[in-house]
Amino acid sequence: MKAHLSRRYLFSASHRLHSEAMSTEENKMTYGKCNNPYGHGHNYIVEVTVSGPVDQQTGMVCNLVDLDSFIEREVLARFDHENLNTLQEFSKEVPTTENLCIQIYEIVQRGFPHAHLERVRLEETMMNSFEYTGRSS
Amino acid sequence: MKLLYWQLATDNRQLFLMVYLTRKAEFSASHVYHNPEFTPEENRRIFGKCNNPNGHGHNYTLEVTVKGEVDPRSGFVVDLKQLKEVMHREVLDAMDHRFLNKEVPEFLHRIPTTENIAIAIWQRLVTKLESAKLHRVRVYETPDLFVDFYGEE
Repeated sequence: MKAHLSRRYLFSASHRLHSEAMSTEENKMTYGKCNNPYGHGHNYIVEVTVSGPVDQQTGMVCNLVDLDSFIEREVLARFDHENLNTLQEFSKEVPTTENLCIQIYEIVQRGFPHAHLERVRLEETMMNSFEYTGRSS
Repeated sequence: MKLLYWQLATDNRQLFLMVYLTRKAEFSASHVYHNPEFTPEENRRIFGKCNNPNGHGHNYTLEVTVKGEVDPRSGFVVDLKQLKEVMHREVLDAMDHRFLNKEVPEFLHRIPTTENIAIAIWQRLVTKLESAKLHRVRVYETPDLFVDFYGEE
């Protein structure tokens, strides 16, 4: 029987929302305080949902040790306590939480073989969250 | 409890839309992950600390989501009192302050992982609800780990 398993992880990072395609005024108008030149930071919570049949032998969709170690290595180690604007991943795009959510989804989708990825949900603050479920939906 | 309610009036006709209602409950229980078909080493490797022989416990949060159309007379999707009673009778009375492996029949021969707990709760509730249809059972083992079950798809 198929079940969905969700796990939440915390990381902290800074960013500045600024688009090279816009003028100084447009940037200020579009991004407001998020365009302040020296950046600012958030405690992000990333919620990863995977699904699959519950293994008869283990009672699990996938082993949490596998999921935790993958997310630790491929997501948290990459983004935690970093300035997102300085990372190669954001050399060509603005590190909005939408784009970060898509990046994390693609990292898990590409690299995690033990269950089907359903969704990545990223909370930027307690008031803002973003979800990405892949290209088809 | 979250309640979403839409009622549209169009040309004196009322269209009733599907509404989802979620009720929460908490229970505390202990368990151990152990498969007798595995060797002791396999059990330790696969289940880690969850294989400690004397078990350990959690405060579980259960969210039961039902769906249905809003009854035009009562304005309800489901009688909440009835839903609460069914959740207490079928789930909390059986699982709260219990050692799941030994005291809950589903887990005498099945490992009480969060996945299997969500499935067992679904199976306990699905035939007992009267007016609304069970949509989702969500079980939080901790605030950072939860399982959703939507029935056999």
